[in-house]
Amino acid sequence: MNENASFNIHSPIASDGDGFVLHDEDRNHILEERDHYEQPQAACIEALKIVQRRHGWVPDGAIPAIAEVLGVGPASVEGVATFYSLIFRQPVGRHVILICDSSSCFLTGFDELREAITAELGIEFGQTTEDGRFTLLPVCCLGACDRGPAMMIGDDTFGPVPPDSVAELLKEYA
Amino acid sequence: MSTRRNEFRYHSQLRQSAAERHAETHPLTWRLREDGALIGLDEYVDKQGYSAVKKVLGELSGQDVIDTMKEANVRGRGGGGFSAGVKWSLTMQGGDLPRGYLVCNADEMEPGTFKDRLLLEQQPHLLIEGMILAAYANNSFYGYVFLRGEYVEAAQAVSKAIGEARAAGWLGTNIAGSGFDFDIALHTGAGRYICGEETALINSLEGKRANPRNKPPFPGQSGAWGKPTVVNNVETLCNVPAVMQHGAKWYQELSGGLSDDGGTKLYGVSGRVNRTGLWELPIGTSGAELLDRAGGVKDGRGLKTWLPGGGSTGFLLPEHLELALDFDTIGEYGSRLGTGLLAVVTEDQSVVSLVRNLEAFFARESCGWCTPCRDGLPWTLKILQSLERGEGEQGDIELLESLATDLGPGRTFCAHAPGAAMPLESSIRHFRHEFEAGITHRRHAAHEDPIPVGEV
Repeated sequence: MNENASFNIHSPIASDGDGFVLHDEDRNHILEERDHYEQPQAACIEALKIVQRRHGWVPDGAIPAIAEVLGVGPASVEGVATFYSLIFRQPVGRHVILICDSSSCFLTGFDELREAITAELGIEFGQTTEDGRFTLLPVCCLGACDRGPAMMIGDDTFGPVPPDSVAELLKEYA
Repeated sequence: MSTRRNEFRYHSQLRQSAAERHAETHPLTWRLREDGALIGLDEYVDKQGYSAVKKVLGELSGQDVIDTMKEANVRGRGGGGFSAGVKWSLTMQGGDLPRGYLVCNADEMEPGTFKDRLLLEQQPHLLIEGMILAAYANNSFYGYVFLRGEYVEAAQAVSKAIGEARAAGWLGTNIAGSGFDFDIALHTGAGRYICGEETALINSLEGKRANPRNKPPFPGQSGAWGKPTVVNNVETLCNVPAVMQHGAKWYQELSGGLSDDGGTKLYGVSGRVNRTGLWELPIGTSGAELLDRAGGVKDGRGLKTWLPGGGSTGFLLPEHLELALDFDTIGEYGSRLGTGLLAVVTEDQSVVSLVRNLEAFFARESCGWCTPCRDGLPWTLKILQSLERGEGEQGDIELLESLATDLGPGRTFCAHAPGAAMPLESSIRHFRHEFEAGITHRRHAAHEDPIPVGEV
């Protein structure tokens, strides 16, 4: 890991909340989601995603806050938060780049695409640019195999992405 | 919207023109538009949409639907190949049993698979209609579309379609005046391949870590929140309306003499070919025809090997291209049909590197619940990495073979590790020489006498 591009972690230990306050809109949204299921624990993943949409990641204090809204234990929220790859328990950049590293993209230029992005941004997988603009992560087969190599930036899916066009594409994400 | 984004934006696209697709022969795709735009409720209804629901809920019993599905022999299109009708016949219902759940597995993440995306993004009402019919057959009171989180466009399409269907009375209470109640919610995931495993998916739906569950009990006995639960793939469910509209015999005959299985299949080709894409063809179509439709291998290269239906299927050789791509035939050659989307490997691409890539995927995606998978896959990966670097030891290939056996069926809670074992075992069987080329080190060379100290 490149030390210069490491995450800004204030404390490696889960704190009592770091002053996190659940936004009222998010609380209501979580309660709405809860009604889609027989038991409130089921809304846990969606709740984490709701918090993440607002904050970019899931701060420590969000775990007990979500647990309280759903009426479940904080451990069962944290256990879920750390299992799923698209829930971020560390700060990420404004735009998360997901490069598909599965077989079909591997056969059609994944390595070249990854190298081009790394060269452009100076970050490897798991790292965030110093200006906080991009985080780079690998992702399971994106289901865009007919147009590999494929990648996502935020909610946008692209493919095929020629390595020499990466710089121009990234420019469109401020 | 700026230009580069639009230039490189991914669009799911069928490779068959509208003129080639007909209601009588292409039950999954005949309604799809040339421009690939989303088919809304009005257009779907204009094209015979929801007529199967009207027919079935008005005239037939749930048992009739199960019988027809069994006779049509619609085999699970998520890759398992288990008859949907048989699965449904094992769902517990009646008596004092509570009504259960109908879950659509839209967690498409199998490496090399891009078929469900097309159906979800362009024709979500077909899926909803299939889900209503499946729910009716299984006496389910509520349904979920379990969709992977990365399918953003599909989420918008499905969400919109659920709203439209509910407003039009196709979902909710007393559907089409039949007295049958059923509704659907969209559940989007947050990553992890293992969520596609039937029982892991149920755990994930319940808001837990996606560890698979022990079987029995099977989901049809005790699934989501302990209630009878049916989990079917998107493509499987999308076949139901046409089966119920035109009958089991019609469906069976779609595959003609090509296969004992019924119906069509959304086949595809990826890798370095001239025309990658998706085609709806009779099940049992040969790999040769698919490769032909894909315009052959790019730049005149030779074909080395191919995967018939995802990363968890076994490698096949060019001579196997003549085989019918159906579950039983491919199963006889040390592989599986899987999802039926071919990944083509050209003569200049390294099998060892590709298998390393596949095993890295399976090692990363293991949920970690059982030992052979959690520990065996990283071990496998490590050996493959040394072979790839040309630093393999004598005995590595035999070790990989024994790992492939120990990761195989019957040793683990779910099919994840056996899925990883199949490409490993078959690649060594077909391409042993490529693995042998990665061995340069003597066995245990580092331990022979690494720090000689002389007489003590």
